[in-house]
Amino acid sequence: MGWIEENMKSTHFRQILSQAISLGMVISSALIIWKGLIYITGSESPVVVVLSGSMEPGFKRGDILFLYMNKDPIRAGQIVVFNDGRDVPIVHRVIEVHEQRDSKEADILTKGDANPHDDRMLYTSSNRWLQRKYIMGRAVGFLPYVGWLTIIMTDKPIIKYILLGALGLLVITSKE
Amino acid sequence: MHSFGHRLNGLLTFSVTILAIMCAIASLSDNLNTPSPTADIKIMNINWFQKQPQGNDEVSLTMNISADLQSLFTWNTKQLFIFVAAEYETPKNSLNQVSLWDAIIPAKEHAKFWIHTSNKYRFVDQGNNLRGKKFNLTLHWHVMPKTGKMFADKIVMAGYSFPEEYR
Repeated sequence: MGWIEENMKSTHFRQILSQAISLGMVISSALIIWKGLIYITGSESPVVVVLSGSMEPGFKRGDILFLYMNKDPIRAGQIVVFNDGRDVPIVHRVIEVHEQRDSKEADILTKGDANPHDDRMLYTSSNRWLQRKYIMGRAVGFLPYVGWLTIIMTDKPIIKYILLGALGLLVITSKE
Repeated sequence: MHSFGHRLNGLLTFSVTILAIMCAIASLSDNLNTPSPTADIKIMNINWFQKQPQGNDEVSLTMNISADLQSLFTWNTKQLFIFVAAEYETPKNSLNQVSLWDAIIPAKEHAKFWIHTSNKYRFVDQGNNLRGKKFNLTLHWHVMPKTGKMFADKIVMAGYSFPEEYR
């Protein structure tokens, strides 16, 4: 207890202010980078973590995918991330495309590489096909294992609080 | 760089940066590879060709697929995902792509192969436009790397057509 009191007494107002500003700068730059990525890649979530094993052995749980989205048409074979109104988006491969002549809208069917059946049963509100508007991006790049931190923090939120608490403590008690 | 915390911070930042650079270089090295794949698909038999109760045409066929995709593998390749898709157009749709068969090639030794198979996935049209129609069979491949950028390409083989009548 004495140690905490000492720390509080020896920090002057200016020091606290400068620490608060540095913290604000770090948070702002992180936000700028994130929003910048969203703009460059054209996707609402430019980086996603693979949560299920339905694309094994290509993508395992805990890998992260880099997404990119543009006006190019969706074609068979592309790995897409879609969300048709569900809790978590799904990363699967397009196996059928029927693109209409006049409207350029397309009916799309997807399937996970490791799943025996296509995703028709998964689509919300008994849609037989997926539409382009539900697709958030195409996977263009991949890094293994990096997403495990996010999975651990989601499954055991206590770890998230411990990490945040420790970070907060570090910021308050550091003397520069 | 005097306290344990400082040193740990510096070490962690440096190692993460180095790892990221190594992954980027590994991915860039894939661009040095110039692949020369070959493929051939023969339709051995149209097993049946019917109109479903809902009005959509469905066909079942048996194919001989042979390919040599060994030149696509690099040291940074984890696996190759390949699939055969039938592509054709109809009055209502400017493009239809239906995947008939796919496979995962885990290593270079397995990339030169020959397989006799019927279509793994059902070939169902949106409508009943298939009688007498010409279509292409395309072999697509997706190179999935150990880290980094994914590549995809295809070989289009044209000149296939459906029978004039249901059977």
